[in-house]
Amino acid sequence: MNNLSKLSPFNSLNLRQKTIVIITLTTLLLVLIFISSLNIDTSTITTDFALRQRPPSLEHLFGTDWLGRDMFIRTVKGLGLSIMIGAIASILSSLIAMVMAFFSSLNKYADSFMSWLIDLFASMPHLLLLILISICLGKGAIGVIIGVAFTHWLSLARVLRVEIKEINTSEYVNLARKFGKNNFWVAKEHILPLVITQIIVGTLLIFPHAIMHEASITFLGFGLSPHEPAIGVILSESMKYLAMGSWWLALFPGLALLIVVLLFDVIGEQVEKLLDPTKAQK
Amino acid sequence: MKFLGYKAVRLLILLIVVAAISFIMIEISPINPVRAYLGEMAGSAEQLAKLGEYWGVNVPLQDKVIGWLKDICQLNLGTSLIYRIPVSQVIMEKFTASFILMMTSWLISGVIGFVLGILAGAKRGTWVDKIIKTYCYILQSSPAFWIALIVMMVFSVWLKWFPIGLAVPVGVMASQVTFWEWLHRLILPAFTLSIVGISGIALYTRDRLINIENSDFFLFARARGENKWSLILRHGVRNVLLPAITLQFLNFSELFGGAVLVEQVFAYPGIGQATIEAGLRSDVPLLLGIVLISTIFVFIGNTLADISYKYIDPRIRSEQDE
Repeated sequence: MNNLSKLSPFNSLNLRQKTIVIITLTTLLLVLIFISSLNIDTSTITTDFALRQRPPSLEHLFGTDWLGRDMFIRTVKGLGLSIMIGAIASILSSLIAMVMAFFSSLNKYADSFMSWLIDLFASMPHLLLLILISICLGKGAIGVIIGVAFTHWLSLARVLRVEIKEINTSEYVNLARKFGKNNFWVAKEHILPLVITQIIVGTLLIFPHAIMHEASITFLGFGLSPHEPAIGVILSESMKYLAMGSWWLALFPGLALLIVVLLFDVIGEQVEKLLDPTKAQK
Repeated sequence: MKFLGYKAVRLLILLIVVAAISFIMIEISPINPVRAYLGEMAGSAEQLAKLGEYWGVNVPLQDKVIGWLKDICQLNLGTSLIYRIPVSQVIMEKFTASFILMMTSWLISGVIGFVLGILAGAKRGTWVDKIIKTYCYILQSSPAFWIALIVMMVFSVWLKWFPIGLAVPVGVMASQVTFWEWLHRLILPAFTLSIVGISGIALYTRDRLINIENSDFFLFARARGENKWSLILRHGVRNVLLPAITLQFLNFSELFGGAVLVEQVFAYPGIGQATIEAGLRSDVPLLLGIVLISTIFVFIGNTLADISYKYIDPRIRSEQDE
């Protein structure tokens, strides 16, 4: 058994190379899903009443819905939408976290204001705040993106704040300040290079949460409009047909979403391994 | 006592800020109070103008906010547009139902999650650990409402153990449901919320236990020849229990979010369903009331976490006495 496993090409790589292979493969898979969803022309999702409510078959992998639309195509399209919204929202939210963390490093008052703001945002249930922001911006894609971005910056901002505080008290930063360098220079030359890893990993780790919350809020009816082929919309539609035994309408789209979320989790963890030397060999 | 007083002041300030901000957010939203009040009814332009005046559409924003804060100070949350009864009454009724649901699953998920975490940590690397870890990762990466749908498919549609759409039976007042009927409706939502909640606490417990197993005192205890399970019980569990309890208290915010989703799927008549109805049908007074009550709920969770740290842990307690 041991001899056999030595023969496989995967084992000849060291851990770092393995990490890179895993990242490449998972990223490729996600890119593939995203590109194929872009290539789906919504007009090709035809309604065909002769093919209503078909269980999964070779022809229709995920079955068909009550209008005879192919669920597999709708699911892929929905995943593409989820990935896009997740990407915009998580990048936006890590930008917010960055701005907040740098702002808190300005002086004592800015710092206590920042921690008060974090407490304030954390004092309301996530989902409720998301619903409020979404209502405030009139629902739709923009409401969801802004809502998710504004509810997910907390943890990254907390980490960055502590990190920046530590760097700010270090000898070389003190020295730089004595040389008359301004805040901006210190932030750019001393702080950013040290926290950039945290920011990248943080953004990647927000991704799965962003996708899940987007789906949840759309499912509840506060997110994307019912005409969009989003996973949340598909799942909330499926609820009406569950009683009639159309189990495939809910099972497969949700499973596909779960896989995408897991893939992002894997990428986040592996990138962390790659960038953080203390974790690289674990 | 001083601690509690301090917390109460903080809660008060927090509530005022949250109330003001959420009110402003609703104000700048495209919700039109007159339309929301009328619902599906039609009205002439004249009537609309009159209603607009009644609801204070043209009052400046800062006056509105101050007026709203004044009302809250008098514990007057207004009248719900959907239920046509005072908001506080709606919230009392709905929140009790949700509270029971949340606390049941909070307890179940806490206990089971902790036990699974200890088990996984103690048997690190074996198949038991792998199964528990896989379960936790999958549960953590799937939206709560999808799990709820799957649970409903299995237990209601396939096994037919529970009715689909678990709301109060048609023609029966919500208050007249017997205890058993109501318990019957609680099982599936509570079950779903529990299995969703397990993963976080289990993974955390496992991590902490492994950390402790790598510590010197643990190694020394092992070198003394203590057997494995007494080691885990006497050195592992005692050290992990407190942070795990704290984490579980800090989880109130996620618990509320999960309850909203699960209640929606199972049509459980709780605060989550009320939130969604209020949001979708623009029942602003009810929505703002729910925001306040959920903020209090989360705050209490956080405070309990603080208290558990301060007063249960003998090490911190003795430090304070000195």
